[in-house]
Amino acid sequence: MATQNVERAEAEPSPRKGLGVGGRKPTDASLLTPYVFMAPYLVLFGIFIVFPVLYGLWISLHNWDYLLPGKPWVGLQNYTDLFTPGSVTFEPFWQSMEATGKFTLYSVPLLVIIPLLVALILNQEFLGRNFFRTMYFAPYVLGVAVIGILWRYLLDTNVGLVNYYLGQLGLPDNIPWTNELPWGWIALVGPTVWWTLGFNTVIYLAGLQDIDPALYDAAKVDGANRWRRFLHVTLPGLRPILLFVITVTILASANVFGQAYLITEGAPGDDTQVAIMYIAEVGLRNFKMGSAAAMSYVLALFLAVISVANFALFRYRED
Amino acid sequence: MGRRVTRQEFLLMSAGAGAGFVLAGCGGGPEENPAVQQQTGAGSGKEYNGPKVNLSFWNGFTGGDGPFMRRMVEQFSSQENNIDVTMNTVEWPEYYQKVPAAVSSGKGPDVAIMHIDTLPTNAARQVILPVDDVANALKLKKSDFFPVVWEAGIYEGHRYGIPLDVHPFGLFYNKDVMEKGGLDPGKPPQDKVEFMGALEQLKGKGIQGFWVPTITPGSTWIFMTLLWQYGGELYNEDVTEATWNSDAGVDALTWMVDLIKQGYSPKNVGQDAELIAFQNNKNAFVWNGIWNIIPFRDAGANYGTAPSPEIGSEKATWANSHNFVIPNKRGQDPHKIAASKFFISWISRNSAEWAKAGQVPARDSARASSTFQSLELQNNLAQQLPYVHFPPPVPGIGDVQIQALDPAVNEALLLKKEPKAALDESASQANQLLKENRQKYQA
Repeated sequence: MATQNVERAEAEPSPRKGLGVGGRKPTDASLLTPYVFMAPYLVLFGIFIVFPVLYGLWISLHNWDYLLPGKPWVGLQNYTDLFTPGSVTFEPFWQSMEATGKFTLYSVPLLVIIPLLVALILNQEFLGRNFFRTMYFAPYVLGVAVIGILWRYLLDTNVGLVNYYLGQLGLPDNIPWTNELPWGWIALVGPTVWWTLGFNTVIYLAGLQDIDPALYDAAKVDGANRWRRFLHVTLPGLRPILLFVITVTILASANVFGQAYLITEGAPGDDTQVAIMYIAEVGLRNFKMGSAAAMSYVLALFLAVISVANFALFRYRED
Repeated sequence: MGRRVTRQEFLLMSAGAGAGFVLAGCGGGPEENPAVQQQTGAGSGKEYNGPKVNLSFWNGFTGGDGPFMRRMVEQFSSQENNIDVTMNTVEWPEYYQKVPAAVSSGKGPDVAIMHIDTLPTNAARQVILPVDDVANALKLKKSDFFPVVWEAGIYEGHRYGIPLDVHPFGLFYNKDVMEKGGLDPGKPPQDKVEFMGALEQLKGKGIQGFWVPTITPGSTWIFMTLLWQYGGELYNEDVTEATWNSDAGVDALTWMVDLIKQGYSPKNVGQDAELIAFQNNKNAFVWNGIWNIIPFRDAGANYGTAPSPEIGSEKATWANSHNFVIPNKRGQDPHKIAASKFFISWISRNSAEWAKAGQVPARDSARASSTFQSLELQNNLAQQLPYVHFPPPVPGIGDVQIQALDPAVNEALLLKKEPKAALDESASQANQLLKENRQKYQA
């Protein structure tokens, strides 16, 4: 830690120098300089983030089908519908939000803890380490369509391989993985963990390699055992990485779509129809884009609140 | 951002029209819709004498049917020196999102295929143009086609599709499994008594003879077929209310649920599991669309086809139909329109060939041809044409089915809800959606 601070102090120019080379008074042109440098990004940010966000808000205030000439202004109707029991969208929307919430709740702890364990193991010196690193990461390169269809067939109740092998082992061979709860959640969370744990593992591995080995040596000298070294050296060293992994995993889990769309297809009934799936259904298949946009903003608001809470939690700990 | 045709485009299109005509504003109704005024014009469709053009032709034939259509397109392109057709295939569910987006950005296909029940939605959204004049130019009449199919292509007084085929539902029976169960593989069950008798016999031999799919669309197609057989309807006359929760609907769904409860079908049959079990000689009967003929053949199943067994009080079976449509492409080259007509006409005339893909040609002459007559599996299912049913021609009707009916049928078949409760609940949800759709498409 100490060495890092020294490096940072050296690298950082004094604030005064930043104003202009040799202490000259800043000219108009030099005031513009930072913005010119930022312009390429700002242009892209404006076109692909700011504009769609504002345009989406505008859409959400209408009954919007991009192909129909009439797009009647409905004000906040699309939003109030989402909070009015008995409206067309109320029940299915909150049902889908609940499904997304459950999926996030079940998958995030697993996706934070299992990759950490895998990373700790893969960080050891042993024969074939690189092979295992590759194997754990491999599923991540597959698309969601591939893993979705793969697991749908593997987990099929009556013709799937998973139930077949369970039967061979003398276990029940008629578990309705894809169309009954709670099995449906296992069918969604399990493949997701298998599929994406490689990504978090790689991030953890990078974090682990950044921890100064001198700290472990010092802890050993002080008589800390393996567990205490993990608790007092590894975990604090990984804190920024953990914050990143948790935030990114929550956002990724809350954006779940492909798995539910392909593996359970929302079954039973609408129980595993997740938020994005319902939003896509309403917006892109039924072309009720105003209503779908309103739902997206409600979902985004939820995610923003969770992310902020997440940051606040970790910052608090750091103090 | 409504699709207004500029004066120039309008003139260009009319100018290119030899005998083509443009509907003058008759005032009121759909004629206020600019897309309706914009008939396709240009060319008689009997031949094409214009300069060399390249047509882009989109469809969703991603299954066993794709190679057949591709072969027909290649044959057409090699025969016609002046027309090159490029075929682009997209899975149907995505297809109905992609085509509207492509058309609105001016990059849509020149000619495309759509299902008959999607024509009203796409007509209302101005994705496709009326093709009354195509039908006129090609001298196509009701009497050339199977009447139900020909009439189902009309929305608000205009024709939007030229029917290519009809693909009815029907019974597929696995001869090996029937034999194993002690049944005569030459005699598929055709009514309720025979069907239940066959299932009982199979059950005695430890075979679950009819796997009931729980997931849409397979589950909903069976439900709709039964609903019609029991004398019910999906919607009331003016399509303002869902009526699938009638006694007929409850009887239909209860019959399906009972098959599962009584062990004639496994529980929780997932997507396509009944088809896989059929191919693997685990399932004796599949009730599904005619397009399964090729996939089942390719999987090596020893099977036959028969009309849907009559479970209810009358004959009825679900069907759909592929139709040629002309997308509403801004500033379309009149030569391309003329070439498209010729292409449609050519494929339509040769649609007996298309039947090999597991389809029934919509055109009488193609059905009467020796090519089609020699296709026994297709012919067995074609007998049902006099009593096929389509969903009503109303924009957005597919969404109502997906959002309300599909989950209800699913929940009942997973034994999570009583049939009547599931249908009642979904019908009231459907009524709200129908109302919303009316407001949307009338606005």
